Amino acid sequence: MLKVNERPYEFTPGLRLAELARRLKPDADVFIVNGFPVPPATELQDHDHCWLIRRGEKMGLEEMERLLYARHTPGVQARIKDSRVGIMGLGGLGSVVAVALARIGVGGLLLADYDLVEPSNLNRQQFFVDQVGMKKTEALRQNLARINPYLRVETFDQELTEENIPLVFAGVKVLVECFDGPRMKALALRTALTRMPEAGYVGASGLAGYGENDLIRTRRLRPHVYIVGDGEAEARPGQGLMAPRVGIAAHHQANQVLRLLLGLD
Amino acid sequence: MKIIVNGEDRQAPPGITVAAYVATLGFDPETVVVELDGQILGRFEYDERRLAEGAELELIRFVGGG
Repeated sequence: MLKVNERPYEFTPGLRLAELARRLKPDADVFIVNGFPVPPATELQDHDHCWLIRRGEKMGLEEMERLLYARHTPGVQARIKDSRVGIMGLGGLGSVVAVALARIGVGGLLLADYDLVEPSNLNRQQFFVDQVGMKKTEALRQNLARINPYLRVETFDQELTEENIPLVFAGVKVLVECFDGPRMKALALRTALTRMPEAGYVGASGLAGYGENDLIRTRRLRPHVYIVGDGEAEARPGQGLMAPRVGIAAHHQANQVLRLLLGLD
Repeated sequence: MKIIVNGEDRQAPPGITVAAYVATLGFDPETVVVELDGQILGRFEYDERRLAEGAELELIRFVGGG
């Protein structure tokens, strides 16, 4: 049995995509099998998941959701779609982590930041010029909805403290520390270690400037607790925060979150 | 006296507080998470807890940027 646009279809040996499209959707011009675009001459195997799409067509929400999920590695998305991840701080780390997790189909994000979007953020953060002055939580919610409208987004736009972090983030599978200030970074880890022993944790320290790529590492502190960065490169005059290296660290964080959600670490 | 900091032998003045020891390393204690003899310390404990001979400290220090 095949699945074609998420509906069952009888498999016959030797069947090619082009023939399938002729029968079911003659105007299709994009062909996806098991998450990858392929040519129409591709011969199908039993149990393949096929997508026949006409470029630019307006799709219903349900079909769009299936299509988004078709692009996710089979099996992975099903295991992360019910997960809820908390992100503390929506700067160069947090906004990038959020976009990466939205794109792979993590089900729910809880975004926390009390700041507004400023022009100086735009050198590395996932906001746009026309969002300057907006609350970061709201701006990011809008941007994520344009990437994945099925993502469940919750926001918290007040200051985080040692007291409220366990309450605000109660029940998240993984907590991602994306603060800018080192005192908040330490506060967050201390809070997680002492008051949220069940949650996975991915923090960051040392990612400013344009030092070597590979000095950024993901270090395991203890089971399900990780810190990303080179541990040294702090943001200071002459060593600013820039999209490339902050982005390397952010994507280390996002991949570590994924590994935790999948139960690999 | 001898203490162990992040797995390495170090010397520290007897009876020094955690906060004072961290400050001797040039770190703002507020930017450091401290595990003393296997226990994560609350921030209020840094000024109270004193290091004893052979104390095992794990220091996780953060630098700014995000």
